[in-house]
Amino acid sequence: MALLSLQNISRNFGPTRAVADVSLDVAQGEFFGLLGPSGCGKTTTLRMIAGLEKPDSGSIRFQDADITNLPPERRGFGMVFQNYALFPHLNVFENVAFGLRARHASKAEMNERVRSALELVQLPGYEKRAIDELSGGQQQRVAIARVIAIEPVLLLFDEPLSNLDVSLREETRGELRELVTRLGLTAVYVTHDQEEAFALCDRISVMVGGKLMQTGKPRELYDEPSDIAVARFLGRNNLIRAMRLSSSKTSDGEFKTLDGEHTLHVPVTRDDLAPLNKPVVLAIRPEHVQVSSNNQSAPNSLRGTVREIVFAGATSLVRVDAGGLLLEALVLQPDGLRVDEKCTVILRPDKLRLLKQG
Amino acid sequence: MKPDRLLLLAVAIVVLFYGVVYPNAAVVIASFQRAGSWTLANYTEILSQQVVIEAIAGSLGLSIATVALCALVGVPLAFLFERFTFPGRRLFAAIAALPLVLPPLVGAVAFIFLFGETGILAHSIQNLLGLQNAPWRLAGWPALLLFHTYTMYPFFYVLTGAGLRRIDASLAEAARSLGGSRTFVFTRVLVPQLTPSLIAAALLTFMTSMASFSAPLLFGGNVRVLTLEIFTARQRGDVMVAVTQTVVLAVISLAALVVFQRYEGTRKFAAATMKGAPRRRVTIATGKARLLAAIAAVVFAIILVSPVATLILVSFAREGSWTTQTLPSAYTLANYQRLFGDPFAAEVFYNSFSMSAIAAAAALLWSFCVVTLLVGRDRGKPAFLGRSGRRLLSLLILIPWALPGTVVAVSVAEAYGQPSLLLGSFVLVGTFWILPVVYFLRFMPLVVRALQASMEQVDPALAEAAGSLGARAWQRFARVTLPLVWPGAVAGTLLAFVIALGEYVASVLVFVPANRPISIAIASELRDFNLGAAAAYGVVLVVIISISMVIAGRLEKLR
Repeated sequence: MALLSLQNISRNFGPTRAVADVSLDVAQGEFFGLLGPSGCGKTTTLRMIAGLEKPDSGSIRFQDADITNLPPERRGFGMVFQNYALFPHLNVFENVAFGLRARHASKAEMNERVRSALELVQLPGYEKRAIDELSGGQQQRVAIARVIAIEPVLLLFDEPLSNLDVSLREETRGELRELVTRLGLTAVYVTHDQEEAFALCDRISVMVGGKLMQTGKPRELYDEPSDIAVARFLGRNNLIRAMRLSSSKTSDGEFKTLDGEHTLHVPVTRDDLAPLNKPVVLAIRPEHVQVSSNNQSAPNSLRGTVREIVFAGATSLVRVDAGGLLLEALVLQPDGLRVDEKCTVILRPDKLRLLKQG
Repeated sequence: MKPDRLLLLAVAIVVLFYGVVYPNAAVVIASFQRAGSWTLANYTEILSQQVVIEAIAGSLGLSIATVALCALVGVPLAFLFERFTFPGRRLFAAIAALPLVLPPLVGAVAFIFLFGETGILAHSIQNLLGLQNAPWRLAGWPALLLFHTYTMYPFFYVLTGAGLRRIDASLAEAARSLGGSRTFVFTRVLVPQLTPSLIAAALLTFMTSMASFSAPLLFGGNVRVLTLEIFTARQRGDVMVAVTQTVVLAVISLAALVVFQRYEGTRKFAAATMKGAPRRRVTIATGKARLLAAIAAVVFAIILVSPVATLILVSFAREGSWTTQTLPSAYTLANYQRLFGDPFAAEVFYNSFSMSAIAAAAALLWSFCVVTLLVGRDRGKPAFLGRSGRRLLSLLILIPWALPGTVVAVSVAEAYGQPSLLLGSFVLVGTFWILPVVYFLRFMPLVVRALQASMEQVDPALAEAAGSLGARAWQRFARVTLPLVWPGAVAGTLLAFVIALGEYVASVLVFVPANRPISIAIASELRDFNLGAAAAYGVVLVVIISISMVIAGRLEKLR
């Protein structure tokens, strides 16, 4: 049974549809991610879970009780804000103790829980510090300690690492995940950073334009994006417009690309995704595109010209023009490849994916 | 709708109806009536009078000339002191806004002592050159313009300075790097960004000048202005003329307010919130320019301080010791002893303090009530009042601030001068309470604005964080919002209190023996040629104001 369940949630801001008909379930103990470009409605969704916004329609259930209209202070969720929202007029101790005071906790209990929360985020001894004396990373830890102190039944994160610099972000990310797992907490984590979501989350929902596009484990999302929007958002993808040929069989789909008019073979698993003689989109990741300078014969091998080689450290990005079809390939060593010279591109059939029309 | 907000809205509607809508409507209605029937006769009559036309032209002309002169003085000073650094800069910057906190009546009295025909300056020139008569008379246009420039140039200085500080230095750097010359950058980048500040300053100066009363009364000479005409019409019992002229004055001032609000809304700067290059003041290093700038700073500082210094000096003068001498010849503490020993003086202080305190405390409570309605604190939920509702509310709150004190006093007197439907048989005019009410109406907008500004600076995420940590609405207010906004609210209240303490314009129209405030006492001492006593009252006011300003400044920094 799901711990948290959103059912057909929608929210409009004036004429704009911020969140459109979103449904999702989060299981007990799960680290759940909401991933999407800025303005996609992920933060609004999180704020509705927290009770800071009310959905226009749909319902939110927690432990099978309807909490749609419950005010935030009675939900018992802990939310970590993007800018931390630490109280500037209170010191570290008072900030962490804030939720306990609101619950009229005893002094002894308060001291104990603040101390252990600060220990968990590795800030013992910082009780008397003022908020503006702390570094960004320390403020971030205080914000986490503040919600952990109330022993929340659900943790909500609104891009909590976006204000930290890169190295600190990666370090904090690991600690955060470790902490949540150790305490056995359930978390919903909003981010626009795909790498962060992949590293942290058990499952991720990708949101684009207010809609939930796809939900799954990080690996599934990456390898098998269901539609163009997800494929575009998650890393680089070559998107190839093509038409399914009538000669193709159910298991071995034959497609003609609109650019370059190459014939490509793609194993079709779900027939309904590829109607005959209608334009569809095929996707293949640059790292699955093989490029070589010599002529090779293999399924889906195309002749092309190297247009550009961009060195990016461990890998290089090679841009190829295959008779009007522009492709990007990620290669470890662009040996033998030269700009403006001929090459062979191989699109492995098992790596080509047929996308749902968005 | 939540019941608590509904209650606040009810309070706001009642207060604004009784305090703003009804009195102003009463004046307008009265101006269109004669012997109970509707007529335009009042307007045709007063507009055909030469003196009234002269007064309208006088008020407008004085205000426009004041704006021009204040801009001419304030803007270059702001550039000099904001963009450059040199010896003496801090000295001037620290006291630049001094005239703003000087009660107009006290300032005018100090001007008489310093620049008047029997004042220190005239005497010293007369004695120096051995003249028979005073070299000038402090009266008419030059006197009014000099005084207005002294008291109102800070609007331009302060607002231009703030505008310059807000402009992101990297904008000018970008313009220069794109090939713009210094003058090009100045006219195309700096001036457009400053325009809203300049317009705001011009309108503030215009409205203040339209409302000016003390200076025209004390040394206006034969210059006619509306405030003075309204006052004399009321004194001689010509209510119709007073009321009709009040409407004319109110319309001009409100027109300025409408324009002011328009421009205030556009005061948005693209780069204001982004990280910009820090602006550094350019050090004037070359000998001559540095010397000139330093001299300018010292000279302007002396000009600013000298009226107050004169006031202090005269407050120690023995009565009758200052007739033809340059400076008073004998000094004494008697003036102060009288101030603190005399039961009459004690009563005057008690009156001013209690009335100002009542008005300020009411304004503080009131500001929390209306700011709750004005500021949409909960982002997620729809605002309690719609956009147009909030706009109407803030406009109604601003009206008494934009109206000259003369207009506020006349309209309250007109509305509550006889038994009315609203107050039953209770007649406000003639009681102690008329002045606290007028002070409250005039100065509550200051407190509302101060609190609103503090409230808007509080990140809404803080209240949300408190909510998600389990704090109820009252806990969120008491533990998060209140600790963050009280310094701003108290600073605004303090400001309203000290301004009310020295209020003269409205007081002189509606005071009664039971509530004679300090300003009335100053004016009557001056009339009786008790110059030392008048000065001593002024000095006490200035001291209280200065202390309050220091406290308010500290409070602002607490945030």
